[in-house]
Amino acid sequence: MSYTEATIQILSPEGSLVTSDASEEYLPYIDALSDDQLREFHRHMVVIRGFDYEAANLQRQGEMGLWVPSVGQEAAQVGSGFAAKRQDHIFPAYREHAIARIRGVDPIDIVRLLRGITHGGWNPAENGNFHLYTLVIGAHTLHATGYAMGIALDGKSGTGNPETDEAVIVYFGDGSTSQGDVSEAMVFAASFQTPQVFFLQNNHWAISVPVSTQSRTPLYLRPSGFGIPGVQVDGNDVLASYAVTAKNLDEARSGAGPRFIEALTYRIGAHTSSDDPTKYRLDSDLQTWVARDPIVRFETYLRSRGEGDAFFAEVQQEADDLAADIRRRTLTLENPPASLMFDHVYSEPHPLMAEEKARLTAYEASFDTNGGQA
Amino acid sequence: MKTMPMAKAINAGLRKALTENDKVLLMGEDIGPLGGVFRVTEGLQAEFGKHRVMDTPLAESGIIGTAIGLAMRGYRPVAEIQFDGFIFPGFNQITTQLAKLTNRHEGQITMPVVIRVPYGGHIGAVEHHQESPEALFAHTAGLRIVSPSTPNDAYWMIQEAIASNDPVMFFEPKSRYWPKGEVDLSASSAPLHSTRVVREGTEVTLLGHGAMLSVLLEAAEIAAEEGTSIEVVDIRSLSPIDYAPILDSVRKTGRLIVASEAPSFVSISSEIAATVTERAFYSLESPVLRVSGFNTPFPPAKLETIYLPDADRVLEAVDRALAY
Repeated sequence: MSYTEATIQILSPEGSLVTSDASEEYLPYIDALSDDQLREFHRHMVVIRGFDYEAANLQRQGEMGLWVPSVGQEAAQVGSGFAAKRQDHIFPAYREHAIARIRGVDPIDIVRLLRGITHGGWNPAENGNFHLYTLVIGAHTLHATGYAMGIALDGKSGTGNPETDEAVIVYFGDGSTSQGDVSEAMVFAASFQTPQVFFLQNNHWAISVPVSTQSRTPLYLRPSGFGIPGVQVDGNDVLASYAVTAKNLDEARSGAGPRFIEALTYRIGAHTSSDDPTKYRLDSDLQTWVARDPIVRFETYLRSRGEGDAFFAEVQQEADDLAADIRRRTLTLENPPASLMFDHVYSEPHPLMAEEKARLTAYEASFDTNGGQA
Repeated sequence: MKTMPMAKAINAGLRKALTENDKVLLMGEDIGPLGGVFRVTEGLQAEFGKHRVMDTPLAESGIIGTAIGLAMRGYRPVAEIQFDGFIFPGFNQITTQLAKLTNRHEGQITMPVVIRVPYGGHIGAVEHHQESPEALFAHTAGLRIVSPSTPNDAYWMIQEAIASNDPVMFFEPKSRYWPKGEVDLSASSAPLHSTRVVREGTEVTLLGHGAMLSVLLEAAEIAAEEGTSIEVVDIRSLSPIDYAPILDSVRKTGRLIVASEAPSFVSISSEIAATVTERAFYSLESPVLRVSGFNTPFPPAKLETIYLPDADRVLEAVDRALAY
């Protein structure tokens, strides 16, 4: 699937502004952006890519069980991530590292998750309402819809105050659109008219299976069958991703009901560090999308606006610094205590947990031949 | 004290929970104007409104998944699954999400979701409407699983389940929806996860949950007429299981028979048999025996009285236990 006339694009792959009838309604959102905000877009894209490369290296060196790269999808994530307001809630899939960082998650917590130290990693309430990653494909879309139902029940949407009205944005991929939960999430969202944006990152691949196996029609058309407006955006265009998401979130917050965005992008890397894309996709296909790189495109645009070398060097230095910091901290991460297994299975006392924890403690103590003396 | 059937007792318990805490929500299929296919929620939507008692789309995964999101938002959803055999579209949300979210968050959130499930046979219904799938959920860490056997327990246990900050699966023995019993509206007789001795005896312990209790009490009555003293134990909670009263009973009688409508293979009954054998081995005069539904699919309704344990099958096991 590639760009069509329906695809909202504001920045061409060559890095110049383009206008069309379709994109016109989104332009006010771009006009309102300051130079500093534009620089932040770029900074976040470059820095998270640096983190991503370093994390992949750490995985290859045995420091993580798995790495899930997001290379190539930075514009879809950074654009939509900045479109969300502070009070909004974000339900990611498991590849939204850039949005995690925008919302305040320390990237080392993503490393902790994929190193096998935790099944979670951060407290959403203390990290910009950025909820935990969900590995069961599409399951979290229902949680997002339920959460949005709660916002509506609380009367926290549709009051007309854009600074306090809340919305939910949920991220998922092209593979997950085949899951029943995603369809059920749209059914419930439409029935209860939730303040919610479904944000599909169509990166063209569900591990090795192309999006054409998931759907024979463009995916942004699917929500119309549920009574949800859908729009397709160039997900490698950070400006379009920002503007389309901002407008749709505004509508969701205002009580207009759920919205659906398909961001066309491409998974430049492997599905995970366990994958080998050379077995199933053509290099020519990959190179088509490398040429549409979201960061290169935006750098060209910023330079055309007069941004100089100093800024780009500074941003690259920040990316390098974060990567070095993550490497240093990864190597000092400690394993969790065995008690972690038992402590949070239930929130209230549970006899089987208490019994097994005590049994494990006694078993481990039985190896202590010094009678507890060091 | 008030006399009412279990369906009305649960209705009264739900009404009380809805009244006392405005974060409590009911959601499910046909629970609004119809009052549920068993009328357990009758009148509640009219009383509390469509926002508190929600008819949902017909999708079990959707019901559980959105209940999870509502719980994240601070609500206490009570989801109704219409029949035991229809819970499986929601199985993924229950086992991979609901059961694990508190753990995944390392205790930073709670999941106060109740899933009400009418279950079990004796009602002559079609396929998927008479099953007892509780063991499939008991195998999953993170869930609490209970089943009342009397209107009084149902009234109190549904309120205690809603008050729990952990997910609770509330299995309602649908064949017991209609018989009336006394409900003490002033105070609960036992905490949610406690086993209770419902009839004292000295020679054999009969143990079960839900609709089995009426069968076990009938068997005990017949045995008493024949001169055998039987103790009957209602475990009430299938996860966790309150073992102390069970072990006390076995130490007294020396014989334990565990009865269930559910099949015995890899079951709650097997779990209890294993644990009692581990912890009360020297008190046992006979092996722990199981009486259960057969290890087949639940049969067509005209065979259900053969499939489901009745007093005679329980008493046959009593005879076997006493013969050791």
